[in-house]
Amino acid sequence: MSNSTLPTKQRDHIEAPVLGGLGESVARPDGTLKVTGDFAYSSDLWADGMLWASTLRSPHPHARIKSINIAPALKINGVSAVLTHDDVPGSKLFGLEIVDQPVLAFDTIKYHGEAIAIVAADHPETAKRAAQAIVVEYEILEPVVDADYAISGKAPIIHVGGNITRHVPIIFGPQNLKADVVVKGEYEVGMQDQAPLGPESGLAIPADDGGIDLYLSTQWLHVDRGQLATVLGLPPEKVRLTLAGVGGAFGAREDMSMQAHIALLAMRTGKPVKIVYSREESFFGHVHRHPGKLRYEHGVTKEGKLVYVKANIVLDGGAYASSSPAVCANAACFAVGPYEVESATIDAYVAYTNNPPCGAMRGFGAVQTGFAYESQMDKIAETLGMDPIELRLKNAMVRNSLMPTGQPVDSAAPVAEILEKLRDMPLPPLTTTTDGFDVIELPGGASNVTHGEGVRRGIGYAVGIKNIGFSEGFDDYSTAKVRLQIINGEPVVEVHTAAAEVGQGLVTLKGQIARTELGVQRVVIRVSDTQVGSAGSTSASRQSYVTGGAVMTACRAVRDEVLLYAMEKLGHLHPHLLHFRANYKMINGEIRDGEDHLVSSLADLVKDRVFECTREYRHRPTTPIDPITGQGLPHAQFAFAGHRAVVDVDIETGMVKVIEMATVQDVGKALNPQAVEGQIEGGTAQGLGLAILEEILVVNGKVKNPSFTDYLIPTVLDMPPVRSIILEYADEHAPYGLRGVGEAPTISSTPAVVAAIRQATGLALTRVPVRPEHITSTI
Amino acid sequence: MEFFRPATLIDALALKSTHPTALCINGGTDVMVELNFDRKRPETLLDLSAISELSEWSDQGDSILLGAGVPYTRIYQELAKELPGLAMASRTVGSLQIRNKGGVGGNLGSASPAGDAHPPLLASGAAVNVASVNGTRAIDINEFFLGPKKNTMNPDEIITSVLIPKARGGQQYSKIGTRNAMVIAVCSFGIAIDAKNKSVGTGIGSAGPTPLRAHEAESYAATHLDWANGSAVTPEMMKEFGALVAAASRPIDDVRGTAAYRRHSLAVISGRCLKWAWTSTQDMRSK
Amino acid sequence: MRLTCTVNGKVETIDDVWPGESLLYVLRERMGLPGAKNACEQGECGSCSVHLDGILVCACLVAAGQVEGAEIKTVEGLAGATDLHPVQQAYLDAGAVQCGFCTPGLIVATVDLLEKNADPSDSEIREALAGNLCRCTGYSKILDAVRLAAVRLEGAGKH
Ligand SMILES: Cc1cc2nc3c(=O)[nH]c(=O)nc-3n(C[C@H](O)[C@H](O)[C@H](O)COP(=O)(O)OP(=O)(O)OC[C@H]3O[C@@H](n4cnc5c(N)ncnc54)[C@H](O)[C@@H]3O)c2cc1C
Ligand code: FES
Ligand code: FES
Repeated sequence: MSNSTLPTKQRDHIEAPVLGGLGESVARPDGTLKVTGDFAYSSDLWADGMLWASTLRSPHPHARIKSINIAPALKINGVSAVLTHDDVPGSKLFGLEIVDQPVLAFDTIKYHGEAIAIVAADHPETAKRAAQAIVVEYEILEPVVDADYAISGKAPIIHVGGNITRHVPIIFGPQNLKADVVVKGEYEVGMQDQAPLGPESGLAIPADDGGIDLYLSTQWLHVDRGQLATVLGLPPEKVRLTLAGVGGAFGAREDMSMQAHIALLAMRTGKPVKIVYSREESFFGHVHRHPGKLRYEHGVTKEGKLVYVKANIVLDGGAYASSSPAVCANAACFAVGPYEVESATIDAYVAYTNNPPCGAMRGFGAVQTGFAYESQMDKIAETLGMDPIELRLKNAMVRNSLMPTGQPVDSAAPVAEILEKLRDMPLPPLTTTTDGFDVIELPGGASNVTHGEGVRRGIGYAVGIKNIGFSEGFDDYSTAKVRLQIINGEPVVEVHTAAAEVGQGLVTLKGQIARTELGVQRVVIRVSDTQVGSAGSTSASRQSYVTGGAVMTACRAVRDEVLLYAMEKLGHLHPHLLHFRANYKMINGEIRDGEDHLVSSLADLVKDRVFECTREYRHRPTTPIDPITGQGLPHAQFAFAGHRAVVDVDIETGMVKVIEMATVQDVGKALNPQAVEGQIEGGTAQGLGLAILEEILVVNGKVKNPSFTDYLIPTVLDMPPVRSIILEYADEHAPYGLRGVGEAPTISSTPAVVAAIRQATGLALTRVPVRPEHITSTI
Repeated sequence: MEFFRPATLIDALALKSTHPTALCINGGTDVMVELNFDRKRPETLLDLSAISELSEWSDQGDSILLGAGVPYTRIYQELAKELPGLAMASRTVGSLQIRNKGGVGGNLGSASPAGDAHPPLLASGAAVNVASVNGTRAIDINEFFLGPKKNTMNPDEIITSVLIPKARGGQQYSKIGTRNAMVIAVCSFGIAIDAKNKSVGTGIGSAGPTPLRAHEAESYAATHLDWANGSAVTPEMMKEFGALVAAASRPIDDVRGTAAYRRHSLAVISGRCLKWAWTSTQDMRSK
Repeated sequence: MRLTCTVNGKVETIDDVWPGESLLYVLRERMGLPGAKNACEQGECGSCSVHLDGILVCACLVAAGQVEGAEIKTVEGLAGATDLHPVQQAYLDAGAVQCGFCTPGLIVATVDLLEKNADPSDSEIREALAGNLCRCTGYSKILDAVRLAAVRLEGAGKH
C-alpha cells in the first residue's frame, strides 16, 4: 500500500485469538470490538483533512437531461468539487453482468433516484446543500413501469437491444402431457429491500503513486476494483481496496453504489473523501429484490403425483441489469421446487423498466418462485382434498432426483425428512385470552387491537431449494494466504483473504479452520483487502464453502511445507517422516506421529522461519445451460430447508401475529452451530418480513416509502421464537462436507407464513407481502 | 441558528414573544427528524425541556393537569388509573426511546392527524392550556385542530399543560398499524365512557385531515348502553356503533393504507373498544 | 456555540457546535465516539441509543443544545478496564452479534431494561427492545443474551 497511514479507526487485522476449532460454537474474534463500540464500520472512518461527499439524484423516473448547471454549487463556501458524467475519465458505465449503468447519468435518467452529480465539501451539510443547489433541466418522459408491458413489444425501448434483459426457457421431459387434475395460479411478489442496518459508506484516499486507496463496505472487493479501474482509467493494481466494517449486506452491496463517486472526488480534489448515505439515499442507492409475476399450471394425478409444471415468470429488473440475468436463471431453475416432476416447461423473463434497479438479495430468484410453487402445492392439496405435507412427501426430491435442467442432485436431498420433522415438532399452545392476558402476545401487540376477538390460528408449511455458489460455468474461486510463524515463542497463524465479512461469521470460521488444520492456539485474521487474490462475492451462500475451502487448502499446504521441513531437519530421527507425511499431525502446537509420539514442538522446529502459502480453491465446475432447452449442469451444490409457521390472525382487522417459526435445514456439517442457527434465524426473519411487512412501494416509477417509518422491517415483537433442527448430511464434494447456510431459510419462510394465514382466513392470498387490506378485502 | 434554553416558563414566554418564529423543541422526537432531514431550518430553537413546571403533573380533584412535557413513559407508568385511555395510547407510541422523550405537548404541537394522544384527549374532553406574555387561555380540544399539522395556536404561544378529566368510566384506545410495534397509526380510536353523566366520548385518529369526534356514534352509545343494569354490549350495538364511527371518518388512500381499509378497521376496533370500555365501566362500578 | 457535558464520566467541552445538530453527530463526529450508530437518523432503528441523564434515548433525536450540562453514557462507557459489562459478555456468549451494527444500541437498551427490571419476562424484553431493529439475527439470540445477562447480573447481585 502506498499510503502508510490507515484512516483513524481502520484496523488491518483482528487481534483477538479465535478459540475453538471446527464444529464448536466459537465466539466471533471481532465480537469484543463490536460489543464495546470499538469496531470501525465504514461510516466510522476518518482521515486528516477529509472532505464529505453528497449525491444529487433524479426526482424523476424517466427524463432527458437537457442541461446540468453546477455553477451555483461551486459558489458555495467550503465546496471543493462538483462532478458530473463529463468528469469520469474512464468508462462512463459499469455493471456486474452487463455494463449498462452510468456512474453519473448522461442523456437520459432511467429511474427515480439515479445519481446525476456528486459534490465534495468540508462538511456533510455543506455538501448536501451544494448538491441541492445544482440546477438540472429535465424533459420529463413517460416511464415504463410494468414489466409485462415492457416485454410485450409495444413499450418504448429502454436499452438498445430491447427490454428483455434475459429470457431463460427450460424444456424438460416429454412435453404436452395430460393430467387428471390441472391447477392454475397467478402469484405476485413485491419489491423487497435488503435494508442492512449499516448505510453505504466509505473513505477514498488518493495515493502518492497516482492510485487510490479505498476503505469501504462491499460484498466483493475485487469486482469493485475491476469496475473502479475501468471507470477511473487506472490499472487495477493502482486501485487498492480494504474492507471496513460492514453493517450487513444481504445482496445490497454486490453492485457498486458510492465506490466510484468517492474515488472520483478524491482523485479530483487530492484529498480523502468520505461518504455516508442517509437511510433515504440507501433506499435509492442499492438494488432491490426483483418483484415478479408468476403464472403457474400444475398437472397432477388423482393420487397427487406431479405430472407437469408450466411456469411463466416475469421479473421486473428495473432500469439497469445488475445481476438480473443470473437471478432470472435461478428463478427458472428453481421454478419447480424440491420436487420430482416428469415434465417442466418454464419461461422466465427479466425486464428492463423505469423502476428502481433490482439485483441480488438473499435467495436470489429462488425466493420469488418459492412463494409461487409452494402456494401451488397447497392449492393442489386443497383441490385433491389431501394433506399438504402428504402431497409434498409424494413428490419430494431424493438423492439423484433430476432438476428441471436435467442435472441430478448428486448429494443428500432430505426433503421428506425435513417435512416429517416439521410436522412432528410440538406445536405452541393457543394464545390465552382469559384473565390476565397480555395484549403484547396478540395480533397488533401493544396497539390493543384485539383481546381475542376475530383471532384465528393458522399453521402453514413450506420447503425450498437453493443453489450454493455461482452457477452456469462461472469460474468461482477464492484465494487464501496462510502464514505460520513463531511470535514470542508461540506459533501464530495469520489468515489473509479478500472475502467480505458482512456479519455472517466467516471471520470466525477462517480462524476455526486454521486452528483445526494447523493445531495452533493463536490465529490472527488479517482484514480483507485486495493485496491477496480474489475471494469472489459474499453471496450465493458460498463463502464458507469457497473461502473456507481456500483457507483449508492453504493451511494444508503450509502443513505440508512444515512437515517437509521437519523431514529435512528431523528425518534422521524419525525415518517414518520420509515416507508417510500424512501420518503426522500438527496438534496443540506440536508435531506428533501416528502413535501420538512427539516429533517436535512447532516453536522448536520453526524458529525464525516463516511458512506462507497462497492457494486458490474452486468448487467443482458447472456448465452453462442450453439457451433453448435450459438443460445443463449449472449448479455446484443444493441446499434444502423447510418451515412451519404458526400464526394468529385477527381476521376482522387483518392484523397478523406470527407465533412461532419452526425450521429444519440440512447444513451438511455445522462448522459453528451457533453461527449456523444465527443464519437460519436471521434468514427466517427476512422471509417473514416479505410475507407480511416489507415492500418498496413504487407508484408510476416513484418510490413512495424510502424510510424506516414506512418501509417496515420486523421488530423483536414481530419475530417469534424460532425452533430449529439442523440436519448434517455431509456433501462429499464440499470442504468438511459443509453446505451453504445463509439463503435457504429465506425461501421457505415466506410461503410458510402465507400458508398459515391462508389456513386462518380461508383466503387465496396470491401476493406478498400480504397486507391487512388483503385479509379484509379492502384493497 | 440561535438556541435558547430557558429554565422558567416566564423566560420562555418572553423569548417566544421576542422571537415568534422560534421553533419550540421539547422531546425533540418530531423536531429533530425535521432538522436532521433538512426539512426545517429555523433561525431560533427554543428548548422547553429544562422548564421543570412543564414536566410535572398534578391532581386537581376531578382532573389531572398534565404538563406539556411529561413524557409518555411517565404517563402510562403514573397515570394509568386516572387517565386509562391516554395511558393506553401512550404505550403505543413509537418505542421506549421515543416514549422516554416525547410527550403530549409535542404531539399537540405537531398536530398530526396520526398523533396517538389526540383521540383520548378528544374522548375525555380535555382542554389545552396555552400561554403567552399576554396571559393564558384554555383551548377546548374540539377546537384545537385546524387541519393536517395545523392547530389554533398563535406564534407567541406555548402549550403549558393539558387539563384532562379523570376517568369516570371505562376508557380504551386501539390503534391499527401493520407492525406489532413501532408503527404510525393507519387509524386509531379512543373512547371514554362517563358513567356519572351517562355519556360517551370518542376520538378518531389518522382517518381525516384532523383527529375527529364521532358525534352520532357517541349519542347512539349514550342512548343504547344499559346504564341502569349494565347489561353487556351486544354484537349488534358493536356493529352499529362501529358503522357510525366509520361514517364519521374522512380517510384517504396513502402508503400506509387504503381509505376503505381505514373505514373498515375503524368500525371493527371502535366496536370492540365500546365493548371493552363498557366491561371495565361495570368492573369499576362493582368495586 | 460551546457545549459542555459529561460523557462516560468525563467532562467534555466542544466549541463551534451547531446547536441544531444531533447528539449523535456530536458524539460520532466531534468527540470521536462512533459507538452509537447512525442507521436512520429518525428514531426508527435505535442503533444510536444512549443514556441521557439516566434515560434511554435515541441520540439522533436530541439536539446538541439540549445536552448542555447533561450526563451521557454511551456503549463505550460500559466495559471496565479489564472486563466487559455482563450485558456485553452475554451478547458475545449468546451469539447475538452478527454484523454488529445494531449491537451498541441494543446493549445500551438492555442495560437500561435490566436496571429497571432485573427479571423481565420474554414479553417485557420484547416490548422494551422493540425500538431496536436488527436485520441479521432474527432476534432469537438477542433474547437469549438478555435472559443470560439477567441471570448473571442476578447472580452477581448487581441490582
Ligand atoms: C421513531 C418515531 C416514532 C414515533 N411514533 C409515534 C407514534 O407511534 N405515535 C405518535 O403520536 N407519535 C409518534 N411519533 C412522533 C412524536 O414522537 C410525537 O409526536 C411526540 O408526542 C412529540 O413530542 P416531543 O416532545 O418529542 O415533540 P417535539 O419534537 O419537541 O415537538 C413537536 C412539535 O411540537 C412543538 N412543541 C413542542 N412542545 C411545545 C410546547 N410546549 N408548546 C408549543 N409547541 C410545542 C414543536 O415546536 C414541534 O412543532 C414518533 C416519532 C418518532 C421519531
Ligand atoms: S439512528 Fe437514531 S434511531 Fe436510527
Ligand atoms: S447484527 Fe446486524 S443488524 Fe443486528
